[in-house]
Amino acid sequence: MMERSFTRRLAAGLVPAVPYLWLGVLFLVPFLIVLKISLSDPAVSQPPYKPVFEWGDMAAFFGDLDLENFALLTEDDLYFRATLSSVRIAAISTALLLLVGFPIAYGMARAPERYRGLLVAAIILPFWTSFLIRIYAWVAILKPEGLLNQALMGAGLIAEPLDILNTETAVYIGIVYAYLPFMVLPLYATLEKMDDTLLEAALDLGSTPWRSFWTITVPLAMPGIIAGSLLCFIPAVGEFVIPDLLGGSETLMIGRQLWSEFFSNRDWPLASAVAILLLVILVVPIVIYRDVEARRVEVRP
Amino acid sequence: MNRRLSVFNVTSLVFGFAFLYLPILLLVIYSFNASRLVTVWGGFSTQWYGALFRNQALMEAAWVTLRIALLSATLATVLGTLAALALTRYGRFPGRTLFTGMVYAPMVMPEVITGLSLLLFFVAVDLDRGFWTITLAHTTLTMCFVTVVVQSRLMTFDRSLEEAAMDLGAPPLRTFFSVTLPLIAPSIVAGFLLAFTLSMDDLVIASFNAGPGATTLPIRIYSAVRLGLSPEVNAASTILIGIVTLGVISATLLSKRSVLRSRRNAH
Repeated sequence: MMERSFTRRLAAGLVPAVPYLWLGVLFLVPFLIVLKISLSDPAVSQPPYKPVFEWGDMAAFFGDLDLENFALLTEDDLYFRATLSSVRIAAISTALLLLVGFPIAYGMARAPERYRGLLVAAIILPFWTSFLIRIYAWVAILKPEGLLNQALMGAGLIAEPLDILNTETAVYIGIVYAYLPFMVLPLYATLEKMDDTLLEAALDLGSTPWRSFWTITVPLAMPGIIAGSLLCFIPAVGEFVIPDLLGGSETLMIGRQLWSEFFSNRDWPLASAVAILLLVILVVPIVIYRDVEARRVEVRP
Repeated sequence: MNRRLSVFNVTSLVFGFAFLYLPILLLVIYSFNASRLVTVWGGFSTQWYGALFRNQALMEAAWVTLRIALLSATLATVLGTLAALALTRYGRFPGRTLFTGMVYAPMVMPEVITGLSLLLFFVAVDLDRGFWTITLAHTTLTMCFVTVVVQSRLMTFDRSLEEAAMDLGAPPLRTFFSVTLPLIAPSIVAGFLLAFTLSMDDLVIASFNAGPGATTLPIRIYSAVRLGLSPEVNAASTILIGIVTLGVISATLLSKRSVLRSRRNAH
């Protein structure tokens, strides 16, 4: 009996232990390695960084670490500009997503109940098709001789083709398009639960629709607004595919910088330093997001 | 409560869904274009589909991608379900805050960071880059999504059924397999499908962790797209979109049927 309860407790202990250990080894440890390598010097040999970790030589190992890569990040204003422009592009995209996503989520929440499930499925469906393919689709649309310009010129609205591809505008279009489900779904989840009688009461008491929107709907939708905005802003700051395929060479973004340090310049320590920089920018939004999400899942009835 | 759709509501829904679906629709239409120029219509043709199946490198990459997705989604489903059970059934175990952090962070973390950090880890432990490193990387990312999907089902779950089984003398493991598992099965299937799709779709993490001999379909498509538009990519995309659409529709029908069945059983 003793033995049986021991194996039972062991089996019960494995449930949290296995995923915990997996994430510890493959998520937490890799981060510490990035931090370590961001403090090392590049070397020509494979792997292209030094020092290679040796257990016997801890003193020399730590002695070799320095802040050289981070000094380089501050000296070359390329990284500073890339950081600023990433945050700016992500912030503007998030604002645009709210502007585009709110009316859609609001319309879904007001649709007859039997259609709502279908509308939610229709919002999610594009998310299941490849991200890369959906961005690729926009290249054909936004090109100077692309489908949008063909349509606009055919309709006689413009005489000269618009230059949209390889500009920041194309990046905004791409981010809004690709991230729309992440904004609409949290908004819909809060708007759907909203009590309409509050709006009716406000209107009865003489409030204008515009005013009751700002004083009732928006505050009640705030959890959805915050969750959706973070869910879009955080990955947008580090976005690589969208600025690379739609933004042209002019669009500076930090995720793209990391990619080129790694793949083109093969400077792994500098790429790691850029990763740490990106993480420092995002640590506060990520912590807030985790708290919002954990609370949202746990208070659910 | 009487909710009515205003003209504004309908307009925003119509424009919203047009915005979401028009680019995909155009991509599919132009995959049947006879012209090599992707944006100029030259008549109907299925020639690019033929070219696609004769493209050895692309077909090989598709096979590698499929195997990685199946394996990593299976692993992620097991790990994610365990993690969801840990988060819902174990109360405040030591290190829970760190654990929730590790579950939620990878979902929003920019992929370039996840990709780079895993690669540096694999180099540090001297693991050759290729099939297995991509599989491990995808498992780590996608298990977090499975956790959230299964966790939200476990939260809304009627504990009294489990308690009844235990009161009748069923050991915990048996209770899990005969009561809990069948009830959360739809969410586990949904988690698996999500993990599978994310793995099939991933470019950034796979690029960092790919090695010689293990190139995935998104990596191939990306390098083709960088060289310019290609009708073959349109054809490949159309096939992928077709598979996904069929998969989502059949999953929806399946889950509807299981909901109906469980409702019938309840009455």
